[in-house]
Amino acid sequence: MRYVDEYRDRAAAQRYARAIARVTTRPWAIMEVCGGQTHTIVKYGIDELLPQKITLLHGPGCPVCVTPLELIDKAVQIAARPNVIFCSFGDMLRVPGSTSDLFSVKAKGGDVRIVYSPLDALQTARENPAKQVVFFAVGFETTAPANAMAVFQAHTQHIENFSVLVSHVLVPPAIEALLSSPDNRTQGFLAAGHVCTVMGYEEYVPLSARYRVPIVVTGFEPLDILQGVLMCVRQLESGRAEVENQYLRSVRKKGNRPAQDLVARVFRVVPRKWRGVGEIPQSGLGLRDEFAAHDAETRFGVAAYAVEEDSECISGLVLRGVKKPHECSAFGGRCTPEHPLGATMVSNEGACAAYYRYRRFEQQVAGATKGS
Amino acid sequence: MCLAVPGKILSITGEDVLRSGTVSFGGIQKQVSLAYVPEANVGDYVIVHVGFAISIVEESEAQQTFEYLKQMGELAELEPLQ
Repeated sequence: MRYVDEYRDRAAAQRYARAIARVTTRPWAIMEVCGGQTHTIVKYGIDELLPQKITLLHGPGCPVCVTPLELIDKAVQIAARPNVIFCSFGDMLRVPGSTSDLFSVKAKGGDVRIVYSPLDALQTARENPAKQVVFFAVGFETTAPANAMAVFQAHTQHIENFSVLVSHVLVPPAIEALLSSPDNRTQGFLAAGHVCTVMGYEEYVPLSARYRVPIVVTGFEPLDILQGVLMCVRQLESGRAEVENQYLRSVRKKGNRPAQDLVARVFRVVPRKWRGVGEIPQSGLGLRDEFAAHDAETRFGVAAYAVEEDSECISGLVLRGVKKPHECSAFGGRCTPEHPLGATMVSNEGACAAYYRYRRFEQQVAGATKGS
Repeated sequence: MCLAVPGKILSITGEDVLRSGTVSFGGIQKQVSLAYVPEANVGDYVIVHVGFAISIVEESEAQQTFEYLKQMGELAELEPLQ
């Protein structure tokens, strides 16, 4: 496929790896923010191509992973009701709540449906006027325009049986929370290319300046990530801390204005709980009052429900780059993708699931080392 | 979750928030909202996430990844190592 295959070229990847090795003189810890990038890195063994001095830390950018336990419970409670059609992206179905998950609700006869787009859920609502259709609106800034459009159209077209359970999170406040934490190890960031496609990257300039960290907006194919690492290492080696854009073919400095405008019309910035991390101020999106009629939490009376998280799972430490997945005692034993204890093992993009799937832990145990 | 895939616009219908089009992803065709790329034309490549085009691929910038090492002056020095 055009704009995909050429960015997976092996010879070009090796040239990048050599260039990175040449410019690296000291140890550096670089975090890729987005779970999609983590998946590419582990799938293609990009971390194995890099010099030993460079450590890639896997960041919190997996919306499935950071959706708080209580919101999964709320989804389960709503989906189990008669007369509800509960629509969700597929990867939310196996995320464990306190006692159940959406997949189990479906197995017991609940009408839980996987959709590709929030507009598919809206269409389901049009076709089933006697049912309540609920869409699980999770995601980062990348997904917010799509979810905003579904709510906006439901509102303007008076599709009153459509509501959304919102768990939207924002990247810059999470980066700031990581950087201001006393156990922070990250010295440079690969920012998430599709988040920045929507939002642009001006928000990152004050973060980069305040914490003296390079931030390189980076794409998702192997060559994108290698180029992002090279740009980041060159900054670190020369003592610079700037925002640079590797993903030029998609990301413009100011992002996508029409998308930002509709997101701002439908949503407002609110505090959000992140699974494994806790509450981060001004780190999420909630519906504006004008669209409150489409809020599933109030429609189904679950807004006040709260629950504490399990203590065995170390996904919070993994999400902050403090621990690697295989450093957890439950990893691969009590916790597997089939029986996950925490969300980083559930989603394809979770660091734990990626390590498990690509057998990274066996190599670690066997003492295999990276090229130098 | 933030997975987005480039595809080529084959046709466009509708206006404003209802603007949409048929987009080909390596031969597989899907209906995609083009509400957020009002300047996109038939033949353009767009980056598509959960049924929405979120940007137009900039052809002139797409080569940059392959030019970067040359610009760094590294490529010429590295080639003999192959």
